[in-house]
Amino acid sequence: MDKTINIKLKVWRQAGPKAKGAFETYELNNISTDSSFLEMLDVLNEKLISEHKEPVAFDHDCREGICGMCSLYINGHPHGPDSGVTTCQLHMRKFHDGETITIEPWRSHAFPVIKDLMVDRRAYDKIMQAGGYISVNTGGMPDANAIPIAKKAADEAMDAASCIGCGACAAACKNGSAMLFVAAKVSQFALLPQGKVEAARRVKAMLGKMDELGFGNCTNTGACAAECPKNVSLSNIARLNREFICAKLKD
Amino acid sequence: MTWLSNSSVGRKVVMGVTGAALVLFLLFHATMNVVVIFSPEAYNAICEFLGANWYALVGTLGLAFLVVVHIVYAFILSVQNYRARGKERYAVTERQKDVEWASKNMLVLGIIIVCFIFLHLYNFWFKMQFVELQHMAGADVDLSRVTDGAGYVRELFACPVYAVLYLVWLAALWFHLTHGVWSAMHTLGWNNSIWMPRWKCISKIVATIIVLMFAAVVVYYLFAGLCGGAACAA
Repeated sequence: MDKTINIKLKVWRQAGPKAKGAFETYELNNISTDSSFLEMLDVLNEKLISEHKEPVAFDHDCREGICGMCSLYINGHPHGPDSGVTTCQLHMRKFHDGETITIEPWRSHAFPVIKDLMVDRRAYDKIMQAGGYISVNTGGMPDANAIPIAKKAADEAMDAASCIGCGACAAACKNGSAMLFVAAKVSQFALLPQGKVEAARRVKAMLGKMDELGFGNCTNTGACAAECPKNVSLSNIARLNREFICAKLKD
Repeated sequence: MTWLSNSSVGRKVVMGVTGAALVLFLLFHATMNVVVIFSPEAYNAICEFLGANWYALVGTLGLAFLVVVHIVYAFILSVQNYRARGKERYAVTERQKDVEWASKNMLVLGIIIVCFIFLHLYNFWFKMQFVELQHMAGADVDLSRVTDGAGYVRELFACPVYAVLYLVWLAALWFHLTHGVWSAMHTLGWNNSIWMPRWKCISKIVATIIVLMFAAVVVYYLFAGLCGGAACAA
């Protein structure tokens, strides 16, 4: 038998980017503890539709924690109270019967609300476009193992690259800073020989874009790394600082 | 060098470098203070050495510059960060368990520290180096106690109120330093996964050493005052 719980939801409703938002309270009964958090929201939306009410808008896509599309600030934590998971991997067994669950959108100057719980995260795409890539001339595909790479560097680069760009770091940060995201993206290239070539140009362009888009200044509180669904390490930020300072001193 | 003001990392580098320089000053200041417990005469000799001499004045001005830059940047960064957070605030927030309390309250701790610095300057600097400066400017002032640092220390901390106020100040300083020291190194890029716990440990040790050295003088003269019956005179 499935265990079921009754919950109360406090959901942020906002009709559009310029509209004034407010919390609405909904009660849901007999929610299976085996269902995922997003399935619970699907149940809520079906209920709202059957009552001829506007369903709650929220972002989601792959529902297996790799696309970075889901967001939601649940009970004071981005991606909810569980650690190392995205909202779509969060299950209702993490909540208890009769609990009030507060669901808010990411709140950051650079992530304006589009509707309800959906925010515009194109700021991260703009940072990537500013330099988060490696320039490759077209031609024959080189052999994958032609360039020797130390295991440690490969592992660290892979850990940095596990960032899915969901925006939880900036959402959790009291300074609205996107440093952990930028640090992960700078690190995944800077650690590898293919990326090192353009490292100085890349770090200046990406950090400049981050500042321009209105993200805050990092004060090393570590809330980002504590909330990151992919457990991206804070030491990447030290690497970003190092890369940036060295690049500027070389100018 | 415009990147020190127009990039986020640059602004943080300024905070880190000025902060680290101030930590070195605190270490020097605290070491100097401890001397008063062992030999008030030696302490007064240091006071004379650091009176209104050209090198002490240059040092004082340099220090004032560091403090002003550190504070001005703190406010600029705080305002920018407050704006970056957006207009709507979260209804529910919870501190993560790996996040130090001090790291989220550096501005408040800094403001407490600055307020006490004014009191501290009034208690000591105003009666010592400042009087010497007034004398150099031709004012008719009493120079008899300008190098009597030990006397002023003894009189001030004989007042339990001042002793407690100074201890509160030192507690705020301790919290500020436990985050500040490792954070400065992190900002300067001198950190990685191995050094992170080491720097955090070093921060706590440095903060504790500095605060204990300062507090030792306060507590020593508080008890000396209570037992010896020295007059409380602030």
